[in-house]
Amino acid sequence: MLKEYELQVKGLRTSFFTDDGEVPAVDDVDFYVREGEILGIVGESGCGKSVTSLSVMGLIPKPPGKIVGGEILFKGEDLVHASEKRMRKLRGNDIAMIFQEPMTSLNPLFTIGDQLVEALLTHKKVNKKQARQKAVEKMKLVGLPRAEELLDDYPHQLSGGMRQRVMIAMALMCDPKVLIADEPTTALDVTIQKQILKLMRELNKKLNMAIIMITHDLGVVAEVCDRVTVMYSGKVVEESDVKTIFKNPQHPYTKGLLASIPDIRDKVDTLYSIPGNVPKPGSIKRGCRFAPRCQFAFDRCFEEDPELYEVSEPNHLARCFLLDEEGEQQ
Amino acid sequence: MTAYIIRRILMLFPVLFGMSVLVFSIIYLIPGNPAQIMLGQRATPEAIAEVEKQLGLDQPFYIQYFDYVGNLLTGDLGTSIKTKGAVAAELFPHLLATVELTIVAMTIAIFIGVNAGIISAWLHNTIADYAVMVFALVGVSMPVFWLGLMEQYIFAVELSWLPSTSRTNALTDVNPITHLYLIDTLIQGEYAQFKDVLRHIILPSVALATIPMAIIARITRSSMLDVMKSDYIRTARAKGVKGFIVVYKHSLRNAVIPVMTVIGLQAGLLLGGAILTETIFGWPGLGRYIYDAIQARDYPVIQSGILVVATIFVFINLIVDLLYAVVDPRIKYN
Ligand SMILES: Nc1ncnc2c1ncn2[C@@H]1O[C@H](COP(=O)(O)OP(=O)(O)OP(=O)(O)O)[C@@H](O)[C@H]1O
Ligand code: SF4
Ligand SMILES: [Mg+2]
Repeated sequence: MLKEYELQVKGLRTSFFTDDGEVPAVDDVDFYVREGEILGIVGESGCGKSVTSLSVMGLIPKPPGKIVGGEILFKGEDLVHASEKRMRKLRGNDIAMIFQEPMTSLNPLFTIGDQLVEALLTHKKVNKKQARQKAVEKMKLVGLPRAEELLDDYPHQLSGGMRQRVMIAMALMCDPKVLIADEPTTALDVTIQKQILKLMRELNKKLNMAIIMITHDLGVVAEVCDRVTVMYSGKVVEESDVKTIFKNPQHPYTKGLLASIPDIRDKVDTLYSIPGNVPKPGSIKRGCRFAPRCQFAFDRCFEEDPELYEVSEPNHLARCFLLDEEGEQQ
Repeated sequence: MTAYIIRRILMLFPVLFGMSVLVFSIIYLIPGNPAQIMLGQRATPEAIAEVEKQLGLDQPFYIQYFDYVGNLLTGDLGTSIKTKGAVAAELFPHLLATVELTIVAMTIAIFIGVNAGIISAWLHNTIADYAVMVFALVGVSMPVFWLGLMEQYIFAVELSWLPSTSRTNALTDVNPITHLYLIDTLIQGEYAQFKDVLRHIILPSVALATIPMAIIARITRSSMLDVMKSDYIRTARAKGVKGFIVVYKHSLRNAVIPVMTVIGLQAGLLLGGAILTETIFGWPGLGRYIYDAIQARDYPVIQSGILVVATIFVFINLIVDLLYAVVDPRIKYN
């Protein structure tokens, strides 16, 4: 049975209009996520992962930001042109987001309980008592100890790991269809990272919720995701299911990322890392964005923009001229 | 919380001690013999000796100081040289006249200033924002006495809508209970008088409110702009919370802390330094009272007046500090 598309993003383009001109932070991004599926979005810092997720939520700070093109479809409904009122109905209710910064994402002046019940009281017809019960239930679900007492605590009394769990519980309050988790574990230490990833996997199974897991770490992808989209400089450069990407990566950037995963079996101390830095969005006007760092780059790469080419396996795409069978190579 | 309050109150003692020493020493900072200066050149030696004895100037310094503080603690603020009356009894109605004016002025300033600042931040870089900022700039730069005179000219002289001076219509004296006339008339059911008192307080309080209002609007705006960029505001919006609630609940509570500091400072300034406005509007307040005492070289009145103003400042500060702890749960714990 083919599962329903919960969220489809097609040709999304989000730019920031700054004093130095337009910064195309997200430049033609496509992805989709189906019911009960975990999609990973991977890429180095600054490639546009957070801007992509904020675009979906309708939370791009504007000015200076603006969605300048493409479609965001939630169960087929266009969100790019949806009214603010409609977006407010969806946010926190059907689509929820966990943010990258657990230390600053909770309001320091309100109790955990107040902040947890808020989404529920906003969207559902429940009274305070029912809302608190639900909050306790969700806190237990995400593995927070002594949930009842925590309700009356303030954020500064909690550790980073606990705050991130609170953020997850908060996102789950209204049982959303889609959960966007923007690097939920980056700011946390390794053991807590492991626990939270395990939790996400369990929640996905238990609640059949579609999750978009944003990360710069392919290790996280291997651990929890079903499919993966690799982003580079505002563009999708490769897309496939998780097994395929680890077995048969096609894009030179993906290969570089894979080579730079720490491997415990590896006796070598020095880790491989892709030479050079992510270019500032908009700084490369012509050709493949990865060309300046690509060891396979050839003339055409500096002249033309590659499109997403299909790879032999089904549902595997990569944005690299090496896959263009008709075109000349080298 | 209780520990915080106790600690904060204990911190008052050294401050109050320092203040009392300073105020007490005023009399010694006057060049020459204070009694002579108070009485003028042609005073007889007997009269001077009399005043010296009355002021306790014939005693050693520390005894004088302890007497002084002892008197203060029993509510004795000394005796006026000019009227021979007890300073405490004379000062009290003046103080409350100023308190009433300040409360009304600060209420106007806070209500309009805070809301203007919020709207300005909410509608950042729009016409509304620019309008508020221009008004705030004009507000802080306008001399209060000039504004007061213009108000009187327009609303009292030209339009005859409002009275221009004093606290009440002279024909109907308010029977003072608290000396806050708005309250006194209300609790006595004198509604016509209440209306009269209210009409009298409008022009001076608006004049006094202008500068604090402008300053509060600016601080609120910049503080709100900072807060509205923060991650937790984004979190609130991600929950689908309405814009109005995001602004007035989540943002304002965080933005209000620097605003409270400014409100405390401005209220203190109005309580102590509204001499010009009180003069223009014939308001029998504390500023006028101290000013008259300075003119008359009535040192006991000057001393006590300054002490009262300084004490009010200190207590407003205390209140602001305690309010911080009410607003921000993090304060209690460190
Ligand atoms: N408010 C803004 N104004 C201007 N440019 C912005 C703004 N926010 C983001 N950008 C641009 O968008 C690009 C992508 O940023 P984004 O936060 O999406 O990266 P990211 O992939 O989430 O990185 P990280 O892993 O560090 O979180 C950045 O390089 C930055 O130049
Ligand atoms: S298109 Fe060229 S530069 Fe870009 S990834 Fe492929 S080989 Fe490298
Ligand atoms: Mg990010």
